[in-house]
Amino acid sequence: MTGPRVVGVEGGDPAILRTEDLTVRFGGLTALDRVSLSVRRGEIRAVIGPNGAGKSTLFNCITGVLRPTAGRILIDGQDITGLPPHAVSHKGVARSYQITNILPGATVLENVRIAAQSRRHGWCVWRHHRAFPDLVERSRAVLAAVGLAAKAEELAANLSHGEQRTLEIGIALATEPRLLCLDEPTAGMSAAETRATVELIRRIAADYTILIVEHDMEVVMGLARTITVLHYGAVLAEGAPAAIQANPRVQEAYLKT
Amino acid sequence: MVIPAEQILIQTVNGLVNGMILALVASGLTLIFGIMDVVNFTHGDLVMLGGFVGAVTVAATGSFWLALGSAAVTVGLFGAVLQVTTLRPLVGRDPLTTILATFGMSLVLQKYALWQWGPSARQIQEPLAGRFALFYLEYPWYRVFTAALSGAIILALWLFLKHGTYGIWIRAATQDRIMAAAMGIPVPAVHTAVFAIGAAMAAASGVLFGPLGGVTQTMGLDFTLRAFIVVVVGGMGNLAGSILASIFISLLEAYAAIFVSPAQAVIVSFVALILTLLFRPTGLFVPTPK
Amino acid sequence: MLALEELHAHYGKSHVLHGVSLRVGRGEVVGLLGRNGVGKSTTLKAVMGLVRPSAGRVVFDGRDVTGASPHHLARLGLAWVPEDRRIFRVLSVLENLRTGLDRPAVSPARRAELLEKVYACFPVLAERRRQPGGTLSGGEQQMLAIARAMMLEPKLILLDEPTEGLMPRMVAQIREIVRLLHRDGVAILLVEQNVPLTLEVADRVYVMEKGVVRHHAPAAELRQAPAVLRQYLGV
Repeated sequence: MTGPRVVGVEGGDPAILRTEDLTVRFGGLTALDRVSLSVRRGEIRAVIGPNGAGKSTLFNCITGVLRPTAGRILIDGQDITGLPPHAVSHKGVARSYQITNILPGATVLENVRIAAQSRRHGWCVWRHHRAFPDLVERSRAVLAAVGLAAKAEELAANLSHGEQRTLEIGIALATEPRLLCLDEPTAGMSAAETRATVELIRRIAADYTILIVEHDMEVVMGLARTITVLHYGAVLAEGAPAAIQANPRVQEAYLKT
Repeated sequence: MVIPAEQILIQTVNGLVNGMILALVASGLTLIFGIMDVVNFTHGDLVMLGGFVGAVTVAATGSFWLALGSAAVTVGLFGAVLQVTTLRPLVGRDPLTTILATFGMSLVLQKYALWQWGPSARQIQEPLAGRFALFYLEYPWYRVFTAALSGAIILALWLFLKHGTYGIWIRAATQDRIMAAAMGIPVPAVHTAVFAIGAAMAAASGVLFGPLGGVTQTMGLDFTLRAFIVVVVGGMGNLAGSILASIFISLLEAYAAIFVSPAQAVIVSFVALILTLLFRPTGLFVPTPK
Repeated sequence: MLALEELHAHYGKSHVLHGVSLRVGRGEVVGLLGRNGVGKSTTLKAVMGLVRPSAGRVVFDGRDVTGASPHHLARLGLAWVPEDRRIFRVLSVLENLRTGLDRPAVSPARRAELLEKVYACFPVLAERRRQPGGTLSGGEQQMLAIARAMMLEPKLILLDEPTEGLMPRMVAQIREIVRLLHRDGVAILLVEQNVPLTLEVADRVYVMEKGVVRHHAPAAELRQAPAVLRQYLGV
């Protein structure tokens, strides 16, 4: 598919996402403790960690839902710290959620098209969406990429759970993101649906940079090139899957919280 | 423009008296809202029903106390039946459905009252005639009696909630109905009981208000509106807050009535409502949420 | 005492439990381990009637109680201590206890007895009996949540991650309480992420992964050969 190819370097920063000493404190509780990580263009990075490690908090900061107490977040060298979610989205960060956020009353194609439309500026209220054939073209391409082309005219509410989660990913892709953040994409899925989702992520990984939070270790080990382990809000370890598995401190963190 | 001191004084006392009656209505409403998240649009009509039952009882027996008791019991039981038949099946649905259900019920009750008791207003005889000297004015005993009795009923409610097993059940179910159920508390039955208590209190206000303003089919609307304003201004589900807010709102209206007609004075209550929603939506009489 | 047979549960369309089966015998302590998000808490909620199972059966004390209401189950002798404790913050410590204590079947004498017993186990609760539940520390709230469940004189307690967020000293206390309940003949289904604690107190252990039970063994066996746990719980 002609998605945005993993683009050439802008501003000289090889990292699409960089966080610098990212800290979040809620009163006396430190949810994120000087987390610094950088995700390179084209990578699949998994963030794992036991319960309460700060994975959701990290995601919420990166996508603008939460304002960090200290530290910076940079997308392609641009500082996006503290920007609201819609602004972060315009900077090229897309997110899929644990609880499906699709529009149940609209068709699958409409869901994706609406997301794609968000990238158009201007207030052409009087022009019908048919006036923008490139948007529909693009939306159909996204559906083809995620394997939902056959269901384009189906109401989103009628899809199975796995298909709805796939649609979520499609909606995220429609915004032409530089960074795709996937929040527990296989939660609530059967083994078969999980395998299908892993395949999908592998396929789209060729064209996008992906940050994924997951609990399912098979998914994580199978997909990620690099894994960042969070524990009590700080980075405990970072490295290739094999190294993480062999790391005794990581095992300890998981088995003995 | 000089306002005579006795006018301010009389309006203060009127405000307090009206405030206490309103508090009786509003505390039932806030209790219901606090425990089951139901926006009860029939509440004012329960006041109306109480007034009619009271009027009929007084006409038949001549006893004000019997009227008060029979109104509370009848309307309380009716409230229980109403909750079980129309509200319990709606638990867990969109809150709009309970609003529509109670609104519809309100219309039904008004028409029923019209059919049952006819279009003319009913009067309830004051049980306590006479006036007393309030500085250089003469103030009716009955009004003071009304305020005192309302206060006593509210106090009884407060004591009931603070002590005893059922009080604990109600407060636990209001705070966390799922955990309350997991502790063996029969939450659906508690909801019905609270609705009945709220209805009984509304009915009592109807009887108390009877001698002051008469009983008509449409009197409910005024009470419902004011009670909602009080519940919002006082903090939803906050009993102490709704009592303070009732007095506050009633005093505001009473003072406004010095300058404009009482029908127009109600505007200040709505202004208070809007200001509260804009600046302190959790309620004026609630400590600032952290 | 408790048997789950092929239990399925959904949150909307999300299929969270894919056929969970397990048993807890009378007076047994059974551990339920698993990573985050596998459905351990949901399993307890499905047993307690807080989540309606979409398929499968729950049998408690010989009765089919699938989908029964929580207050009915509590009266039958099933107690739930949730992950977030859910103390009634505005009620005092004593009132919290009374939500379970004040049952029609229980005589005032017996109530006093139960209260004394729980105050003996948890002296800090006796000290703070008139304080609002919301003013207690995390560890004290956990004590209160367990004590409150004990007031129901339960046959089985569903304990959801009691040591989460607690300091090591409190974790030790929890271990003692579980042992005490076990001695009293109360069955416990213990959901935990703390593996050593679970292996210490449990008779048997189930391990869940993605909505099903994947492994089941006596705790003694797992203590000898913990490697298998690494596969399901570690990385």
